[in-house]
Amino acid sequence: MTKQHQNWSPYDNNGGTCVAIAGADYCVVAADTRAVGCISPFTGAVRQKLGMLRVISHLGMFGGELSRADKSLMASSGFQADVRALQKVLAARHLIYQHQHNKQMSCPAMAQLLSNTLYYKRFFPYYAFNVLGGLDTEGKGCVFTYDAVGSYERVGYSSQGSGATLITPFLDNQLKSPSPLLLPAKDAVTPLSESEAIDLVKTCFASATERDIYTGDKLEIVVINADGIRREYMELRKD
Amino acid sequence: MFRNQYDTDVTTWSPAGRLFQVEYAMEAVKQGSAAIGLRSKSHVVLACVNKTNSELSSHQKKIFKADDHIGVAIAGLTADGRVLSRYMRSECINYSYSYESPLPVGRLVVQLADKAQVCTQRSWKRPYGVGLLVAGLDESGAHLYYNCPSGNYFEYQAFAIGSRSQAAKTYLERRFEKFMGSSRDDLLKDALFAIRETLQGEKLTSSICTVAVVGVGEAFHILDQGTVQALIEAFEIAGEEAPASEPTAADQPPPEPGVAADQGAPAEHDAAPMDI
Amino acid sequence: MKLLDSTDSGNSSSIERTQYPYVTGTSVIGIKYKDGILMAADMGASYGSTLRYKSVERVKPVGKHSLIGASGEISDFQEILRSLDELILYDNMWDDGNSLGPKEVHNYLTRMMYNRRNKFDPLWNSLVLGGVKNGQKYLGMVSMIGVHFEDNHVATGFGNHLARPILRDEWHENLTFEDGVKLLEKCMRVLLYRDRSAVNKLQIAKITEEGVTVSQPYALKTFWNFNAFQNPTAGAEGSW
Repeated sequence: MTKQHQNWSPYDNNGGTCVAIAGADYCVVAADTRAVGCISPFTGAVRQKLGMLRVISHLGMFGGELSRADKSLMASSGFQADVRALQKVLAARHLIYQHQHNKQMSCPAMAQLLSNTLYYKRFFPYYAFNVLGGLDTEGKGCVFTYDAVGSYERVGYSSQGSGATLITPFLDNQLKSPSPLLLPAKDAVTPLSESEAIDLVKTCFASATERDIYTGDKLEIVVINADGIRREYMELRKD
Repeated sequence: MFRNQYDTDVTTWSPAGRLFQVEYAMEAVKQGSAAIGLRSKSHVVLACVNKTNSELSSHQKKIFKADDHIGVAIAGLTADGRVLSRYMRSECINYSYSYESPLPVGRLVVQLADKAQVCTQRSWKRPYGVGLLVAGLDESGAHLYYNCPSGNYFEYQAFAIGSRSQAAKTYLERRFEKFMGSSRDDLLKDALFAIRETLQGEKLTSSICTVAVVGVGEAFHILDQGTVQALIEAFEIAGEEAPASEPTAADQPPPEPGVAADQGAPAEHDAAPMDI
Repeated sequence: MKLLDSTDSGNSSSIERTQYPYVTGTSVIGIKYKDGILMAADMGASYGSTLRYKSVERVKPVGKHSLIGASGEISDFQEILRSLDELILYDNMWDDGNSLGPKEVHNYLTRMMYNRRNKFDPLWNSLVLGGVKNGQKYLGMVSMIGVHFEDNHVATGFGNHLARPILRDEWHENLTFEDGVKLLEKCMRVLLYRDRSAVNKLQIAKITEEGVTVSQPYALKTFWNFNAFQNPTAGAEGSW
């Protein structure tokens, strides 16, 4: 007879989808608040809804309110415990940066820091799939997209997480980003206006929620532009 | 060459029960340019005088932010002050990493004092030559502490350290009883007046002082120069005439810490110090 | 065999780590109610599928403001209680009027659980942490690998499957103490009927601004005379 004990894995996938779109003078970052998983290994591999989680981090000190000074936003999916640990490491590093330089880290700098932080755990990775959005030093929208071990690229838009397979092709079709192979390089930012981009994000999530069981409940959208930063919510299917 | 035979290292006692090296470190605090602090129920204000070493150089930074709820003003060896404020910053970060809540001010002060104390008991070390005024806000309200190179620390309603701080102390002692109920702006006003007391006739401008605030609903921050200048003008503090009382007080021995707070004359009038 | 780890490749170090639990407790349920937090857990602890211990307290106070409930490995829970006791002791030793609230303890626990999973040596528990401090109610949970969140009602183990649907239907912000206890008992009864490791001896703990009270152990009224319960193998040829 085989042994009747439970085994354990250091990882879980708590699902979740994130999207970020960069415009000429704005950036929209969005993620759903659903978290799914098996909270205890005693009842087998039945996965279920755990609760509502905010997964967009403005990399302030371990949370807190959005601030006008915020320059980057990270939306994450994957293993919640790793995501939280990653957010906390970045928040602490960002704080140290602010103490040393008397300013907020720029979004491209944060992008490099995130890559280094992920790669630092290359052989026991953070199971976290992130998009980082914000304004670059010229005030232009920027989006950086990552894999779990830190490879990253600056793009005009991106989607990560459980619903990415549904959303990415749709964004490809709608945003018609110029090929990164073109020479001379073309700007990757999307031609949409801010409100059009927000509507597009809402459509993406409403659709992804229809088919992806790991996405749903509520959508959190954070928009960053020259005027500042704001957050809004949209209800998604709860089933 | 030597002042006496008991001051060659920190761990040697004098027959009178004194540690001269530690006292020399405290002397270094008195040499540094002045820093003052005062608090109300909800706010703490720190201020310091910026002295330049030469006409050609800029001044050194003397007020540091440790976290959103804690800040520190230093007098003495600025280099030592930077090391200690870096330590405070990392303690704050570590605490909020573990607990996601701000480190209580009193605890940071004790940790800091313990760190200073170690240097008074190791033959191969030297005491920190810096005094720190720690301002902070936590669950139990606003706090102002003074950390001494000896490893002692005291909580104050208002205090001043550094060169010619006695004049500022005298000013604060005369008025401290009102501070608990003071508004933020009143604290700022008193801070600037107290700073002016240490200036020995020099005109108070925003370029020779730094002011910082922490309080309820207000993270610790250093006021920018424009804001400070506006305050100075609004309060009409600049006054070129030297303060009425001759600031010779700096040469007198400072009163016993802690007792100082009890000696202030009751503030029965609102008179600005130039009227006193 | 509890302590075997031969999966290290090429590393002959004989570090011993818990790879599976020995004695385990089953579900814990926690809810917010009008004045604070209520928590319920039965007192059974199983050795594999044997009900080995029947008077194990799985809900305990932590300091003045918090309450912890645990399912999973009992020895690990006792180790956690030991380190929390130490945490609270050191906190009290400052004697400065500051104290760790439920939010701080929950976060500390989360770091502890996540840290142990990073060492591939997990504490084999799901923990519920609730409390009240300065008028703020707090209820959260942590899993053995560090997954954590806050909610108005939480449950571990089977409770997650059997109790939370009931709680989603019936929980509301203004539950009185009596209604809260009734709701918890309803959940515990369902668990008692359907979870084989549950026993009919439970405790309910309450924490409010005033402090913690943990009830004496008591049993729920049950009714086993349903047809399917009385003759469960009817119609199953050859079974006994």
